[in-house]
Amino acid sequence: MWDQEIRQMASSHAIMASGVFMATVVPAVLVPGFSVYGTHLLWLYSVAGAVAVVNITLFWLLGVSSPTKKHTITYKVSRLVRSCLYLLLSCLFFHTVVILYGAPLLETALETFSLAVLLTSLTTLRCVCVLGPNVQAWIRVFSRHGAMSVWDTSLQMVVGCSVVGAWLGAFPIPLDWDRPWQVWPVSCSLGAVIGYLTGLVAAPAWIHWHRKHLTYKIK
Amino acid sequence: MKRLPILVLLLWLCAMFYIGIFLFVGGFLLVRLEVNRTSTCGDVLLPGGQQGDFCQGQPRFRKAVVLIIDALKIDFARFDPANKEPRPFENKLPVLEEVTSSKPSHARLFPFRADPPTTTMQRIKGFTTGSLPTFIDVGNNFASSAILEDNLVHQLAEVGKRVVFMGDDTWESLFPKKFHRSLPFPSFNVKDLHTVDNGILQHLYNIMVSDDWDVLVAHFLGVDHCGHRFGPDHPAMADKLTQMDGVIRSVLDRLQNDTLLVVMGDHGMTDTGDHGGESQKETDAAIFLYSPSPLFPASPSQSDPEMVPQTDLVPTLALLLGIPIPYSSVGQVLLPLFPADSQTGGAPAGLSQTEALWINAKQVNRFLETYSSMAKDIPPESLSQLQADFSRLSSKYLSTVKEGRSPTPELVASLQEYLTSVRDTCRATWAHFNPAKMAAGIAVLACACVLCYVLSEMSSVLVRESGLLRVPLVAATVVGVCVAASQLFTQGYAEGSWCLAAAALSSEVLVLWRARRARKTTAAEGGEVAPRRGWLTLPRFLLTPPLLVLLLRCASLLSDSYVIAEGRVVTFLLFSLSLYVPFHLNWDGLLLPPVHDPLKPAGLLPSPVLSPLAVRRESSTFLACLGVLVGSLYLSLFFHGCREEQGSCQPSPFLSPLSRVQDSRLKNLHYILSLASLGAWTYLLRRWLRHYGNLNSPGGTVFTARWILPLLSVCLGLHWAVAATPEDSFRNLAELISLGQRALPRVAFSLLGVGLALLWLDPLTVFIKSRAATPVRGPVSLPPPRYRASTGISTQAELHHLIPQLYQRMRRSLEDGEPARVPEGGDRPAVEAYGLGTVYSAPVVLLCGLLGLGLLLLHPEGMSLSFLLLLLEMGALLQIHASSTTLKALQGAHSGGFSVPWTPVVLWSLAATQFFHATGHLPTFPSIQWAAAFVGFPSGHTGTILPASLVTLNTFSSHILFAVACPLLLFWPLVCEVRGGRGGRGGGGEEGEDNAIMEMRLRESPQQFSSALLQLATRYLFINGAQVFASVCAAAILRRHLMVWKVFAPKLMFEASGFLVSSVFVLVGVTLVMRVDVAVGRWFKRLLPDTSG
Ligand SMILES: [Zn+2]
Ligand SMILES: [Zn+2]
Repeated sequence: MWDQEIRQMASSHAIMASGVFMATVVPAVLVPGFSVYGTHLLWLYSVAGAVAVVNITLFWLLGVSSPTKKHTITYKVSRLVRSCLYLLLSCLFFHTVVILYGAPLLETALETFSLAVLLTSLTTLRCVCVLGPNVQAWIRVFSRHGAMSVWDTSLQMVVGCSVVGAWLGAFPIPLDWDRPWQVWPVSCSLGAVIGYLTGLVAAPAWIHWHRKHLTYKIK
Repeated sequence: MKRLPILVLLLWLCAMFYIGIFLFVGGFLLVRLEVNRTSTCGDVLLPGGQQGDFCQGQPRFRKAVVLIIDALKIDFARFDPANKEPRPFENKLPVLEEVTSSKPSHARLFPFRADPPTTTMQRIKGFTTGSLPTFIDVGNNFASSAILEDNLVHQLAEVGKRVVFMGDDTWESLFPKKFHRSLPFPSFNVKDLHTVDNGILQHLYNIMVSDDWDVLVAHFLGVDHCGHRFGPDHPAMADKLTQMDGVIRSVLDRLQNDTLLVVMGDHGMTDTGDHGGESQKETDAAIFLYSPSPLFPASPSQSDPEMVPQTDLVPTLALLLGIPIPYSSVGQVLLPLFPADSQTGGAPAGLSQTEALWINAKQVNRFLETYSSMAKDIPPESLSQLQADFSRLSSKYLSTVKEGRSPTPELVASLQEYLTSVRDTCRATWAHFNPAKMAAGIAVLACACVLCYVLSEMSSVLVRESGLLRVPLVAATVVGVCVAASQLFTQGYAEGSWCLAAAALSSEVLVLWRARRARKTTAAEGGEVAPRRGWLTLPRFLLTPPLLVLLLRCASLLSDSYVIAEGRVVTFLLFSLSLYVPFHLNWDGLLLPPVHDPLKPAGLLPSPVLSPLAVRRESSTFLACLGVLVGSLYLSLFFHGCREEQGSCQPSPFLSPLSRVQDSRLKNLHYILSLASLGAWTYLLRRWLRHYGNLNSPGGTVFTARWILPLLSVCLGLHWAVAATPEDSFRNLAELISLGQRALPRVAFSLLGVGLALLWLDPLTVFIKSRAATPVRGPVSLPPPRYRASTGISTQAELHHLIPQLYQRMRRSLEDGEPARVPEGGDRPAVEAYGLGTVYSAPVVLLCGLLGLGLLLLHPEGMSLSFLLLLLEMGALLQIHASSTTLKALQGAHSGGFSVPWTPVVLWSLAATQFFHATGHLPTFPSIQWAAAFVGFPSGHTGTILPASLVTLNTFSSHILFAVACPLLLFWPLVCEVRGGRGGRGGGGEEGEDNAIMEMRLRESPQQFSSALLQLATRYLFINGAQVFASVCAAAILRRHLMVWKVFAPKLMFEASGFLVSSVFVLVGVTLVMRVDVAVGRWFKRLLPDTSG
């Protein structure tokens, strides 16, 4: 059962990673003049969109999300509305945090917000997909004994890696190298995506490695 | 508690750091005193010794063109016709070779040796003053970079020569308003190869053919920038040098007969294109001299120098152009440019070789006498030797002249020898790094850092150890004396710094060894000691997030970009670490009350008695404080100044003093804002003291808090109003205003002094109120409890600020035999001690508040907003620390003891650096706020100590405040303990529900108190010391870096002085805590003569 779950996760993570690659390669073929630095926002939104579509589809197909007790239409609609609301709030939250970290307040508002959208699609969207629109559960997952399944553990790792990647991406900005990837927010979004890919690779590997020691409470 | 041993230990630690810094700085920073005297035409003694005006004579040349090609290495200028495959930088200046070989009596090419530091600014100073500029030329022009020493440009302007300058804009800042005409171009962008050069070329030829100049200086930067960007071995360098070849040819074509052409480089470059150090590749530039009329002996002779030192250009140019040699020059005239004495008849005008040498020797001797009377850094034995040489030579020369003989070649040779030995003596004193001293300094500092870390980890063990320092100190003395004796024996004199280094290192090693032994013995006795960590697990242990942040901070000091952006970098790190705190708490499941899960397997978590309500309340306090912290972090970014390297940066508008604001409405707004934050500062402090019942007793500290603190802020407000009043608007009040400007700050200073003295003399803020008939202290008819201990109204809240335990003990002593329990009937104690719970922290808070107001006085008015943010951030940091401790305690995850973990200490120290920037300071010399020296002394000072200390206090005000308030990190969790309503910390298990005894816990376990205090202080010292160590390493490793004198060396100076100030004030804070401890001990003794002891 363990092996099956891990294999399932590894293959879905592979699909997610290839989604990111496709989002980089396909526009490069289709759109003339496309480049990761030059038309950065285009790349950013294509990656964010691809991640969102792949995540939602995969988790819907896998049925990882906590089973809903009610099946009424209104309940589902309210869940959907709340999810969208939380995603929007998370964009605003990331935007605020990034500005507090030192991004310019007004001059590059669009770039900053795009980074917030990317971070939301990499982190909050996965939370919504795995745990549903339930902030309590989100907070619970990020504690030592909070993971209740392999998917929760992988959520911890992927989200952590993405955020740390974006954080590390801010490091080269003050350097005087005058490289195209030092322009705000290129290095941060690159860092976030690289961190996300690292998380996708690391999570199944780590779980496989530690499968003897992992114990989960019953859901 | 142990007072003296802790203080001695801390003092010793600080001393180790000081010695390390002293050693390193002694080897790295070359210091020289500037002599601010100028030569005049009258004081040049003419060859015969008779008085006269030197400048009236006919000079050899009327005009001169000086082309400076930055970083023109000698390899670039040489031409080797045999070289068939020249590299990009070879054989690109054929014009020099063509001219020297075709007209040997008109031109010469020499290697031109610069003195380190080989940076452009120091070099320009060097070849205009003829001296050996060091990193710090101590003079009275610390604030601006303008050269005040006597120099060629000044002398030329004095005799009325028109100097036209074009090129590198460094000259414009070095010689402001000295040029007849000046065309500066921006030099900062190293990547820009052409702006400066093309700018010069646009004007150079036009000016040359016009007649509006006597001396023309053109400083090309392209070659140097090309080196920095691509290195010398790059096609771009070939292009640049070929361009320069064309420039020299065009200039040669336009020269007139009475004009001298000098083409020179200011320094060389390494193979990577950098410069700054002292390797031969960096020091050896080229100099090419040419004149359309014959200048040299027909063919290169034996007497031609192999190499020309850069200092020699100044006297040569001065005497060729007929102006006095600048006062501080130590150069020697270039003899081939002067006719030998035998041919004087043939030469058109000018001085002969011996005459030139004689004038030169007189000038150098005069400088040496002046300098040695001002500074003592030239060794006395070589000084007296030089003076003896000079008097011998002068008598010889004068007798030769009197007898009318022509001077012998021996005389010429010995005059040259004298000048060379003067220059070598000066160079040995001023122009060499001392790598051995630098290494010794680094070693001492590294050991001190390791020691700090070890002491902080083992404080509980070491506090028990008595006489930890005795043996090491004795050993250090012995080693120091031994080194001194051996030096005396072998060299004849002892050098203090080496004795210090040996002593410091030996004592450090001994203490480390003793600490190791102490841990072993404690482990053998079964004492509680942290488990021994192997070398492999050490990295993992060191890389906890707070230490990782510290590591990042230290690493950032090694990059010039990060040092330039330091304010942002520190804010970034501080923000990251403060966000880490809630994540970590949540990771441990402590942030929120655990959800009661019926399925939860029992026994997984120890479930202590805790109310979810208390946890929720504590977490919301925590999050609110995090919000305050984040808010003040963000707002503090608006108070930053700007470095010149930051191109598009606007300094904060609050940094300019109010009197400079033109718009009167804006002025009023600024004033009101400043006043409001000043009021908030005072109100918040008083409010805190009152809340904890520290404003009741009749003692000195309370007097300070109640009267001196508000008075001080009133004084400040008035002072700002007076200082901002424009003098012309109230003409009749001008005298009153100037009186106010002088008197108000002095009143504030004296109030501060009185307050500090009272705080020291009577630091207790405890007020005893007796309900029973037994009056213990003070009159019974005290005012009704207007100043309640608590703002709460309920008896319960009031009780929280009392010390029931004290009451119990007092009751026990008063009514002997009674059971110690509080009788049910009288549920209010008979004797109440207000403010005993915050008896330690109240004086520290008050000291911090007083000092803050005093330091604010030294800042521009607008900074009061920033100071308020500082106070808020301090409070938020303390409360975050306290809340997370309480959260841990509430859920049983606290380990006990008073030890302060790394995270808050790192946050605290980062906040100190952050507010260094947020109060408008920068680690550069031009950004020092000199205005601080004139607060209260508008007409200036007579001495230097007072203004220097005022400026130091201004510069390091945030370091001072955070260092003094450092012990609060230890007290705050105890102060806030009452919120939880549960005393589950330490060994207080048996106490009842109400027994929040706050800081009295510290008195209950003095051993733990001592060790925690020692640990806190050593941790703070470690964090600051590690940063000093990092910037010392940066300066040592990057001493060749382009930015070393602009970025790293000033950063090192600021970091080191910041450490000095911080460590002193940490000691002040710790001493104050001990003073309070003594006072509390006495107070208990007086109250309970029998029971306490
Ligand atoms: Zn230069
Ligand atoms: Zn350079």
